[in-house]
Amino acid sequence: MDAFWIILTGSLTAACCGILGCFLLLRRLSLLGDAVSHAVLPGIFIAYWLSGSRSSWAVVLGAGAFGMLCTLLIEFLTRKARLQSDAATGLVFTLLFAIGVILIAAFAGQIDLDQDCVLYGEIAYVPLDIWLTEGGTNLGPRAVWTGGVLLLGIAALVAAGYKGLFITTFDAEYAATLGISTAFWHYALMGAVSLTTVVSFESVGAVLVVAFLIAPAATAYLLTDNLKAMLCLSVLFGILAATGGYYLAVWLDGSIAGAMASAMGILFVLVLLWSWYAPVLRQKRWVADL
Amino acid sequence: MVIQTPQPALEIHNLTVSYRDKPAIWNIDFTIPEGVLGGIIGPNGAGKSTVLKAAMGLVPVSSGHVRIFGNPLSEVRQRVSYVPQRESVDWDFPASAIDVVLMGRYGKRSLWSRLQRSDHDIAMDCLRKVQLQDFAHRQIAQLSGGQQQRVFIARALAQEADIYLMDEPFAGIDAATENAILELLSNMRNEGKTILVVHHDLQSAYEYFDWIVMLNTRLVASGPKDTVFNAQLLGEAYGAKLTMLSRMANLLKQREFPVQE
Repeated sequence: MDAFWIILTGSLTAACCGILGCFLLLRRLSLLGDAVSHAVLPGIFIAYWLSGSRSSWAVVLGAGAFGMLCTLLIEFLTRKARLQSDAATGLVFTLLFAIGVILIAAFAGQIDLDQDCVLYGEIAYVPLDIWLTEGGTNLGPRAVWTGGVLLLGIAALVAAGYKGLFITTFDAEYAATLGISTAFWHYALMGAVSLTTVVSFESVGAVLVVAFLIAPAATAYLLTDNLKAMLCLSVLFGILAATGGYYLAVWLDGSIAGAMASAMGILFVLVLLWSWYAPVLRQKRWVADL
Repeated sequence: MVIQTPQPALEIHNLTVSYRDKPAIWNIDFTIPEGVLGGIIGPNGAGKSTVLKAAMGLVPVSSGHVRIFGNPLSEVRQRVSYVPQRESVDWDFPASAIDVVLMGRYGKRSLWSRLQRSDHDIAMDCLRKVQLQDFAHRQIAQLSGGQQQRVFIARALAQEADIYLMDEPFAGIDAATENAILELLSNMRNEGKTILVVHHDLQSAYEYFDWIVMLNTRLVASGPKDTVFNAQLLGEAYGAKLTMLSRMANLLKQREFPVQE
């Protein structure tokens, strides 16, 4: 049963990241996802410190607030200080992440949160954190519930807002001439990335969540030229990697989160090789080169 | 020389736009009458695209204003359509030609709801107008440059607007596509639509447009082509570039004394 809960948690995380990752990739913002996933750290700490529990909405709000702060700061530096966007990204998220690391190190003895947990996650403990009702009914691990709710939320956002995300990702300028708010969609996406990171930080950790945000989307991008298919494939690859990664970790007797991210990397390389050598795809590339 | 019109489709009033404290356009003031196919010409960096972007509210304006059919843009958005430069988007994007054209049917109203059957019919019809009906489901990366340009024009057509602002629709396409696009724009003009095109090629400008706006950061001229397309104003717009001027003089001579065949 533990294996089932761990794989399910990993798959939910991977699915959330896989959906958002597609839009990040197409917006050339993959590293902004990286930045946001790190910059939420002080927010997680502060909320945790104030509320005293890890699975509370306070943590989600705190992380979300710092995720948004990160995107706003990057935009401020790009526009007002006229810094290149990649330099601004690197500057902001390392600063925020460093503040988070210092805070956690300084208060390590007082709260149940440590650097290893934040950086690498510990998905193996997911089955231990059970949600018990007041009547004593076992509802399963908390992480599965938060991940499930988040996945539903993201799926609803993408389903209802598909056209908005599609047009602002492809041609933001044109979308603006139609009266569509590009800022709204940008921040909706970044808000979702921030929330996903909070959920992921318990399972795969702040560093490895980046693999889940980028690799499944990049793998799917190699295979299809249809956005809806890309979203589905990205989720599928994420789940495959989570499942394969778990058994890889069991086999190696090593870190589950590390194995899941490695499985994602291996999957990408396999798909890349296949896309180079599969005749159908080669023909597609040939047509595209004309 | 600036010819103003009483009931303009587009009015640019004392418009100044600056990028990083350097003016891109300076105190531009002109009007475009309804039902013309107009061209904005001028040297590189003259601010041609900036005028269109300012008219569409895409760049912050330092001073001045824009009126479309006498109203600010926000009140007449559904009557205005914009075609950005082809290079402004990533054509490797996972979308088909029809997906892109359908964007012309998006708007505040339809953004959260499903597109209607009629929206799909209109989009397909617009693809037919640019002769790309057989490429509707082709991925956009697999289209040629000229076809991509026509997809952009079809998307603008799908908006069913009354005035069209197009940024370099003739850039980087072959002669056959150029003629097809020109014919389409002329037909639209004949149906009473107003079209304003940023154009880089001086040679064809006189032939293509009825109304010409000449720009070099400042406004040099605006009016019917026969009143403004002369050596003196062209010299003012393009600077005293001798080669350019002599070529223009030759062109003008050809016009005055057409070769009899």
